[in-house]
Amino acid sequence: MKSEEKIPILQIENTLIASIQIPLHDKLALSFQRDLLKSIEKTGAKGLIIDISAIDVVDSFITRVLVEIAKMVALMGVKTVIVGMRPEISITLVEFGVQFDGIETALDLESGLRKLKKWKSE
Amino acid sequence: MEIRIDSEYDIVTARTIAKAEAKRLGFNIVDQTRIATAISELARNAVTYAGGGIIKINEIEKEGRKGIEIWVIDEGPGIEDIELALTDGWSSGEGLGIGLSGARRLMDEFEIYSEIGKGTKVRVVKWKRT
Repeated sequence: MKSEEKIPILQIENTLIASIQIPLHDKLALSFQRDLLKSIEKTGAKGLIIDISAIDVVDSFITRVLVEIAKMVALMGVKTVIVGMRPEISITLVEFGVQFDGIETALDLESGLRKLKKWKSE
Repeated sequence: MEIRIDSEYDIVTARTIAKAEAKRLGFNIVDQTRIATAISELARNAVTYAGGGIIKINEIEKEGRKGIEIWVIDEGPGIEDIELALTDGWSSGEGLGIGLSGARRLMDEFEIYSEIGKGTKVRVVKWKRT
């Protein structure tokens, strides 16, 4: 059962959108990274939105996964925006002290897409 | 309440239960998140470095204030230099350190006991704001 879990990746124009709706453990994180890189290669997408609005606890592991994804896709010329961070998560992350280095965020999907569009035209 | 943690999947279970207990005890959503995040880190350390362990969650009271007390106990190799472990990995986000120091920052009380070859016990407490 667990090995069949996947995080769906949608495409809108040349942006990929993934919404993390299930707990992101090791194997799933790895397959998610792989699927994203494959999708980028296949679609030539230039932007990636990761929606974390369904995530209610972000620990150092999840942070590392997201930071790594942003770095990996950046190497393929793709910009990442994390959207939907719950306020209690942002408070906790700052207090916790984990480095969310170089990750762009936006409040929601719409503003995330706008941010990507803005970067494209710069 | 006692939770056995052996694998990665148990980390999610443990933090979900800790969060639910915190909610039941009347902690606000931010404190629930702090508690769940601290437990997630400590549980991850136990699973990663000790192959698993036990989490004990208790409701406690002191001078009229209610709180949640959580023990994360493992029988792993133990930590050689606790002081170092508490600062270790803080900037790199790798290893024991970020979890221990992060958990300490998120909770109101933090105690750690470790014996080489025997294991490690971490006790964290969060008090309800009046």
